[in-house]
Amino acid sequence: MESIGVLMACPMNPYLEQELDKRFTLHRFWKVPEKSTFLTTHCNSIRAVVGNASSGADAQMIEALPKLEIVASFSVGLDKIDLAKCKEKGIRVTNTPDVLTEDVADLAIGLMLAVLRKLCESDRYVRSGKWKKGSYMLTTKFTGKRVGIIGLGRIGMAIAKRAEAFSCPISYHSRTEKTETKYKYYPSVVELAANCDILVVACSLTEETRHIVNRKVIDALGAKGVLINIGRGPHVDEPELVSALVERRIGGAGLDVFEHEPEVPEELFGLDNVVLLPHVGSGTVETRKAMADLVLGNLEAHFMNKPLLTPVV
Amino acid sequence: MESQPPQERSEQPTKEVPHVLVMKPPPLLTLFEDKFISTKFQLLKAWESTLPLDQFLTAYAGSVRAVLCSGASPITPHIIQLLPSLQLVVTASAGTNHIDLNECRRLGIAVTNAAGVFSDDAADAAVGLLIDVLRKISAAHRFVRHRLWPATGDYPLGSKLGGKRVGIVGLGSIGSAVAKRLEAFGCTVLYNSRKPKPWAPYPFYSNVHELAVDSDALVVCCGLTAETRHMINRQVMVALGKQGIIVNVARGAIIDEKQMVECLVHGEIGGAGLDVFENEPNVPKELLELDNVVLSPHRAVFTPEGFMAACDQVVANLEAFFEHKPLLSPLIDE
Repeated sequence: MESIGVLMACPMNPYLEQELDKRFTLHRFWKVPEKSTFLTTHCNSIRAVVGNASSGADAQMIEALPKLEIVASFSVGLDKIDLAKCKEKGIRVTNTPDVLTEDVADLAIGLMLAVLRKLCESDRYVRSGKWKKGSYMLTTKFTGKRVGIIGLGRIGMAIAKRAEAFSCPISYHSRTEKTETKYKYYPSVVELAANCDILVVACSLTEETRHIVNRKVIDALGAKGVLINIGRGPHVDEPELVSALVERRIGGAGLDVFEHEPEVPEELFGLDNVVLLPHVGSGTVETRKAMADLVLGNLEAHFMNKPLLTPVV
Repeated sequence: MESQPPQERSEQPTKEVPHVLVMKPPPLLTLFEDKFISTKFQLLKAWESTLPLDQFLTAYAGSVRAVLCSGASPITPHIIQLLPSLQLVVTASAGTNHIDLNECRRLGIAVTNAAGVFSDDAADAAVGLLIDVLRKISAAHRFVRHRLWPATGDYPLGSKLGGKRVGIVGLGSIGSAVAKRLEAFGCTVLYNSRKPKPWAPYPFYSNVHELAVDSDALVVCCGLTAETRHMINRQVMVALGKQGIIVNVARGAIIDEKQMVECLVHGEIGGAGLDVFENEPNVPKELLELDNVVLSPHRAVFTPEGFMAACDQVVANLEAFFEHKPLLSPLIDE
């Protein structure tokens, strides 16, 4: 399969890169100085694109690669891929569901604990050398807090299961009510926000869910409410969130994703009730290897005319 | 110079209402003083007196039957001797290492603590610290705050919590709360305790070293006693291994801190999440330089909810005592 051209959209995983290099003719898109010239030159040899959460295959890219057969995403999110265009052209699309569910759910809970119990702030305080006996700062109890989940898919359910172990009552909003679960359903995100203490974004990013957490939702969540985002930056109206945090109209936030990664709004750096992470939801050695193997497995299956492991389109 | 002992906040000293001695105010009292107003007792605040403690006790605490203490005001044999009428020690903490339990037992002095009410918060903090160390939450937060993300790109990978074997040292109310939480993350829970717990579905290890050999992480939740002092020593830490993580929400002295620092600095263990230290508020300066440790200033149980529940329990124990009713949370020798 060495003659098959695979275009890797951006750096994402050394092991994956290495393996793709071994098995295919790998083109590292981020190293190409003149991208449009490159595409014109290689358009007939590139049969696969490997993308991730930052960079996938938009309409322009798809049009530029007439021999494209498959887009394999090193992520579960598909918002960087023009799925409609892929469907139209019969291009297969795969992602990496399930293998990263636990890590992302773990991080959501980790963020809840870090924000409510001020773990990062405490760490900073001790490292500053300012800890003196008799300085008591109270943090907020996590056990028993009401957790509201936007999107009760694989990741949302995994978050619910973990939060239940902390006796957190669970409620959710999703496109349709999941009657097989015992969790309380709210038909709108605003109602969900009004009835929980911690609101978590765990749905996929689509046209409909862009800015699903807007000013109204932030207001409903309120001054004691905490927002956790392990979905995609554009799920949240970021400028609205920033002003709500700065003006203390919302209690705090744990954010793994931002609208314009790797840029993070400056105003957030000075707040002690905010935890900011550089999109590490699936960022463990174990999970990234599993994701890479899934990408490789899907590509291999496709080029050997076998059934895809995790097809989306 | 004083002619009268300092009084609780009230217009007239009510001599019939018995005194509860407080040598130094526990954080609970400092933060929630109005929860300690009761018709059944009044506080005798030794710290407000200019007299040295011994003199104060001799002068005013002869008929005191109950004392409210915490880590800052230990109940030693010497103190007990100065309180000839003492029948009850109430501590505003889960820990009882600052109370001479043997001496209390010998003299028939009852002891109550606040273990149950702090368990959730302590367990939440322990799990929070474990996730933080494995997933590098505090370190990555620092990275973002220092504006390193745009320049440096991807942050180093952490380690998955699911599937990890976590050894709980001490399966009391805090340890079992930790176990329940970790199960939901897909961890395999193991434990060491003085004796196996018949209700516990987890594999029991009779000593900490063997527990460490079989674990990826240790979470310390036991009390500090003569037996547990420096129980987590170099041998245990080496057995835990280079990827091993230690979380301590119990007492600093359960771990040989000097050895732990060495192990961390030389990469003999993988990381640590620490809420307690041998000599608070002093923290070994080597730890301040490490990215694989998360540090917290002994506030695992410092939530308003936890504290208010603890106040209620302390007051309820005191009132029960003075009404000759059974104590709510007497220390049971496990």
